[in-house]
Amino acid sequence: MAAPMALRHGRVFISLLRACSRNSSHSTAPSTGLLKRRGLLQYLCDRFYDIEAFVDGGMKLKSWNLERKNKHYIQICERYGDNLAAAVFALMLKGGIRFQGQTEWYRERNEKRYCLEVSQYQGVPLEALDFSGSVINYDGLGSLVNLKTLKYLDLSRCPNIDDWSLSRLHVFRDTLQELSLAGCPQITERGLACLHHLESLKRLDVSDLPSIANKGLVRILLEEMLPQCEIVGIHYDDELPLCLEDDTHQGETEELQGVACIWKNSKIPA
Amino acid sequence: MAGSGAPGLARGKEGEKLRMLRGRVLLSRWRPLVAAARPSAEPRRQFRTGTFRQRGRFQEFEKEMVKFRKRLKEALPGSEWNPLNISKDLPPEQADVVIIGGGVVGWSVAFWLKMKEPWRNALQVVVVERDLQYTKASTVLSVGGIRQQFTMPENIQMSLFSAVFLRSINDYLGVFNQPPIDIQFNPSGYLFLASEEGAAMLEENVKIQRTEGAEVSLLSPAQLKKKFPWLNTDGVALASYGLENEGWFDPWTLLNALRRKAVSMGVYQSRGEVTSFNSFSREMMTADGEVVKLSRIKHVNVQMPDSTEYSSVKCSIVVNAAGAWSGRVAELAGVGTGSPQSLAGVKLPVEPKKRYVYVWHCPDGPGLETPMLIDTTGAYFRREGIGGNYLGSLSPTEEEEPDTQDLEVDHDFFQEKVWPKLAHRVPAFESLKVKSSWAGYYDYNTFDQNPVIGAHPLVENIYFASGFSGHGLQHSLAVGQAIAELILEGEYKTIDLRRFSFYRLVKGNKILERNIV
Ligand SMILES: Cc1cc2nc3c(=O)[nH]c(=O)nc-3n(C[C@H](O)[C@H](O)[C@H](O)COP(=O)(O)OP(=O)(O)OC[C@H]3O[C@@H](n4cnc5c(N)ncnc54)[C@H](O)[C@@H]3O)c2cc1C
Repeated sequence: MAAPMALRHGRVFISLLRACSRNSSHSTAPSTGLLKRRGLLQYLCDRFYDIEAFVDGGMKLKSWNLERKNKHYIQICERYGDNLAAAVFALMLKGGIRFQGQTEWYRERNEKRYCLEVSQYQGVPLEALDFSGSVINYDGLGSLVNLKTLKYLDLSRCPNIDDWSLSRLHVFRDTLQELSLAGCPQITERGLACLHHLESLKRLDVSDLPSIANKGLVRILLEEMLPQCEIVGIHYDDELPLCLEDDTHQGETEELQGVACIWKNSKIPA
Repeated sequence: MAGSGAPGLARGKEGEKLRMLRGRVLLSRWRPLVAAARPSAEPRRQFRTGTFRQRGRFQEFEKEMVKFRKRLKEALPGSEWNPLNISKDLPPEQADVVIIGGGVVGWSVAFWLKMKEPWRNALQVVVVERDLQYTKASTVLSVGGIRQQFTMPENIQMSLFSAVFLRSINDYLGVFNQPPIDIQFNPSGYLFLASEEGAAMLEENVKIQRTEGAEVSLLSPAQLKKKFPWLNTDGVALASYGLENEGWFDPWTLLNALRRKAVSMGVYQSRGEVTSFNSFSREMMTADGEVVKLSRIKHVNVQMPDSTEYSSVKCSIVVNAAGAWSGRVAELAGVGTGSPQSLAGVKLPVEPKKRYVYVWHCPDGPGLETPMLIDTTGAYFRREGIGGNYLGSLSPTEEEEPDTQDLEVDHDFFQEKVWPKLAHRVPAFESLKVKSSWAGYYDYNTFDQNPVIGAHPLVENIYFASGFSGHGLQHSLAVGQAIAELILEGEYKTIDLRRFSFYRLVKGNKILERNIV
């Protein structure tokens, strides 16, 4: 209980300090002298960093855990090949797998049991992977990139799948037929653009992507980009933009009038 | 206790000491929590990164603070005096490292110095920038591209490093209690086209890129046509296409994020122009009997904006990250001012070269799959958003090099040089409407179009990081780290950049990067 209490107190200090002039460049006195004069501030400062380090430690633990869970299973890979490694990886993240010839998803949760059962499938191509709702991220996809036979991939509702992750999917360009990205909070149209590599794609689920603004337009563009593929989850009339002129460019560009010269004039808040 | 003899007392003291010591050991395990209570401020390592989490309650508090500050200001009308923020961007009187130029390179060096300093506030770092609106800085006028398709292993490694950095930017640059950074990366790849003559070279280049770990594929004209039906493959013999870690992002976001993080780690930002240095010099004789003048910068003189006043910063190390103007800054420090034949006469050959960028609208242009396309002619373009806008340009030839007095845009250059080439490559561009344009300066190395990184042989305490000739944005992150390593550890640890040193200018060895756009 002590830790959360300390944390809560710490937060007040943190905000206080942040609000003070700690961050601003100081006129003349170098910081050491400055801090000597302010014993209390020094004390709080230390406290602030300690508590921040503590919170930071918590976050690090979390990202370490994420990293651990997404690690490439080199040992399994070396021993049993990429298919089984990917299968074990999916099952560890509480996902589902399907080998060639199977019609049902295999979703065993008991580690001993699935390791035993999956090992019987050595040499059988892995066709489908379901990672929906799991913590898989960019690094985790590294466990899949050697799969030569993947036809179906479900990444729906994965909070850590972002545009960078999508840029790794080009490896499945000849085989992948169905892909679901439904409900991934981080995906934008910038990432969807690199799905054009997937030439065999027949079905793409892009429903419920909160980070995409002009959904109707994105649907049209996706259809143009992937003519052979059925796009589900976005409709033409979803938020069709009123003005297509908007560009997302850094800084502002003004409309060109005559041949006047145009500057990009944005400001960094000083 | 009072009755015990001297030896007993001593033993008792000893015992206490031991107990205290043991207590310390125990305590130190809990260092994060209790260290603050310890009076002796033993240097501690700067905390590192962590994924960012939003914390609603603090933000509320900060909002309140902003309001409070505003009210305070209203209560003291007509006064510039601000009790909560004393800073007026004046530099401190002394600093360990003064970085000249607050572009992406300058801030990256500052960030990495703070990241690598052995304990918190071990280094006093100041970034001096003359123009906080960044009206002329290359960083914000660039097109934000990152690619692996270079031909020097160092350049490829730096780009790969930057890609990893950008991918985990919130781990590196996330600031506690601030919204996460969205770099707006478009993972769309670079597509280099090669003509018949260039094809063998392109293949060679791709081989180098692949050995360095870049994912690049080669495409024949037929494959190109299939992938990009809008492309006219006349005159194209081969193309290379980056599959991962290539694309473009928002330079403003990167600059702001670097700056925000560096400032939060204690870097000082000072507004003003570096106009001169005070150095101290002494003569030395080299092994072959030549007399050379070694010098050391003692003070950096910073002229305050809109005034004749200047302040002097005493410093031990100066980093020249002044981008296109770094040649001039080097000259102020005495680099290249000696007799032309001698070591002291070797200039830093970095000059501003004006480059235009045009933005146009073309409703029937290439779609979402559009890569950053580099034509056989050197003309390039990319998509800009999803509303049918594109941007692109072409580097003028040496004879066409425009005047660099101002950043005026030459519209005829688009009409006569850029447009015909692009319309040939992408027939849909035959009808388009130019919407806007801008110009920026390449920090151009006239010697060999590669950056100059590292120390100077005669001016002992100046480090260079400039001359990127059009790829400094993507390399800034790696270069910042390299310079920090050089300053703090004396050598490169992550990527060996010795080939980019100033010595190559002295010896006249050009190192050539074939893929300069
Ligand atoms: C049109 C264009 C497109 C580009 N496209 C790309 C791209 O796609 N990818 C890529 O990687 N790179 C690109 N670049 C190159 C890239 O922008 C630069 O290499 C990079 O921004 C250099 O950063 P910098 O910090 O060194 O320079 P700058 O951003 O120019 O910063 C230097 C700063 O130093 C300040 N300064 C100068 N002299 C002094 C002084 N005496 N005292 C105080 N301050 C001073 C200036 O005010 C300036 O703000 C492009 C450049 C241009 C012009």
